[in-house]
Amino acid sequence: MSNQVTSLASGHEGSFGDQVRAYLLRLRGGEMGSLPAIGATLVLAGIFAALSPYFLTDLNFTNLFVQAAELTMLSAALVFVILLGEIDLAAGVTAGVAAAVFIVLIKSGSWPWFPALIAAFATGILVGWVIGMIVAKIGVPSFVVTLAFFLGFQGMQLVLLGEGGVYRVETPEILAIMNSNIPDWGGWLMIVLAAAGTFLFGIWDRARRAGTGLVNRPISILFIKVAAILVLGGGAVLVMNQNRSQGVIPISGVPIVVPISIIVLVIFTLLLDRTKFGRHLYAVGGNPEAARRAGIKVARVRIWAFIICSFLAVASGIFHASRIQSVDGSAGHSIVLNGVAAAVVGGVSLFGGRGRLSHAAIGAIVITMIDNGLGLLQMPAGVNFLITGGVLLLAATLDALARRRSGGSIARS
Amino acid sequence: MEIPVVELAGVKKSFGPVDVLKGIDLKVFAGKVTALVGDNGAGKSTLIKGLSGVQPYDEGEVRFNGELVNIQNPLEASDLGIEVVYQDLALCENLDIVQNMFLGHEVLKTGTLHESEMELQATKALQSLSVRTVKSVRQKVSSLSGGQRQTVAIARSVLREAKLVILDEPTAALGVAQTEQVLNLVRRLADNGVGVIIISHNLGDVFRVADNIAVLYLGRLVAQLEAKDTDNAEVVAYITGLKSTDTSAITVEGAI
Repeated sequence: MSNQVTSLASGHEGSFGDQVRAYLLRLRGGEMGSLPAIGATLVLAGIFAALSPYFLTDLNFTNLFVQAAELTMLSAALVFVILLGEIDLAAGVTAGVAAAVFIVLIKSGSWPWFPALIAAFATGILVGWVIGMIVAKIGVPSFVVTLAFFLGFQGMQLVLLGEGGVYRVETPEILAIMNSNIPDWGGWLMIVLAAAGTFLFGIWDRARRAGTGLVNRPISILFIKVAAILVLGGGAVLVMNQNRSQGVIPISGVPIVVPISIIVLVIFTLLLDRTKFGRHLYAVGGNPEAARRAGIKVARVRIWAFIICSFLAVASGIFHASRIQSVDGSAGHSIVLNGVAAAVVGGVSLFGGRGRLSHAAIGAIVITMIDNGLGLLQMPAGVNFLITGGVLLLAATLDALARRRSGGSIARS
Repeated sequence: MEIPVVELAGVKKSFGPVDVLKGIDLKVFAGKVTALVGDNGAGKSTLIKGLSGVQPYDEGEVRFNGELVNIQNPLEASDLGIEVVYQDLALCENLDIVQNMFLGHEVLKTGTLHESEMELQATKALQSLSVRTVKSVRQKVSSLSGGQRQTVAIARSVLREAKLVILDEPTAALGVAQTEQVLNLVRRLADNGVGVIIISHNLGDVFRVADNIAVLYLGRLVAQLEAKDTDNAEVVAYITGLKSTDTSAITVEGAI
């Protein structure tokens, strides 16, 4: 065997310019990822900034992130099942039921808040497991199973909370998530840690490749990544650290929900990108039969995907309870479709097998921005729905076209 | 005499009242390409599914490198070193070449995927087959041609250090140039010391690549011939049932 390892390329070769050209080639081949969504974000921001003097204020910029947090978390949850080509219509109501469990345990059961929170997440895990078992072991389509849960859990919420029951959330730790900010220095620390983490991870990967005797991409690409985090993240922190109060008491700092969301997204992205489970999830989403023949326990992967989905959905439900400072029987009924929309708008393929959590986050920003911007322009709610629907349709069409272009069927040369 | 990598003796399989395999004796040797030919319904697929553990045989003996084995599921077959390259390839289009080659057998380091090790081994496996048609080992399979996909599927069996590779119609969907590439690959696989069984309807391909031709006719092995000692017309006669020999005599003749 030849000891020249590099006679076959791996995509890591070449100068910075070669890498850029290869990237552009992939884009033309239909692997656009979240680029259309990033474009949409910029266009929407431009339009709203031109039409409303409030859109670009420090207050609204910060609000946008807080408003997007629930949707981001729910959309990230849904990515795990959408990657399998499945759907969880019950994600929103699962969050609602878990929030109801949380508040009822505190109010009626006099539980301390932390065990109640654990119970809420355990509820999510249980629901995900049950849905996953029915889908993966019995073979009922996830659309139907989760539709049934969607209907049933609306009733469960009413049963738990009582007809018309509304409970105030009074736990300071929960309220703080959406309503309090980290100190100014905390925001800066967050950005420094993100940049340092990215850099160290990059160096570690390069060392692994070099240790095996493989070529690395030019290190300049890593520097650009780190610089982008410092500039964009730093800019965002700078804005959020301004006093955005309209009253006497100054308000500044990054909302607590932002670092929480980032940490959750990073952990679950690592799960998808760097573990066997993540690889198998993509494989099952791409071709379940191939995965089965490769020895992957397809049913187990499916069940875990539904468990993770419900688990993250509960986080979204807790965010929601924190923001509106109460739990009622209607929580989570309408948000789930926006969650699916956010994932698809962000570039997650409904056909399964393609997409990342960052896509869901960007999609959630787009959907939230439409809501936020039109609200500032005092447009009627109807316009909001029409535009959101239009954006979703556009994104789904792009997805289908990209799939055709990247060879959804076998292309023979 | 050399021990065959796989030896079947009196293998039978029936589905309800239908006897699909009526007592097959077959020998496959390491380093040789054995072509399995026969008309539709002759029992080729059933024979293969038994070897790969997908549908275990009802009766008969299977010896792997001389040892009596009982293959009951695909995992046992894989553990023995039997790999099947299916007609529909079983690749994930959304994953790249390296990811597909290691699917289900990922290399881990400190609990995470050891990408560089997998990339290195995949590259070496492709190089051992002198593959040059692939642009990058990190290409997504969706961007590959039919022949390139076949290449990836075959290279995967090299990676698993298979002792016996079974190819189901590897050239059925390919053009002329790609068929040529894949047949060269099959030849190289055998030259590396692997036992190869290739199922094909295309006798041209069979004579191009096979050392040995086994003909099935209605669930019986009617002939196992040295490719150099026979010709197209004789094989066709066996396939269509115009010519037949006593099966017990054939295994002796087929032994190398």
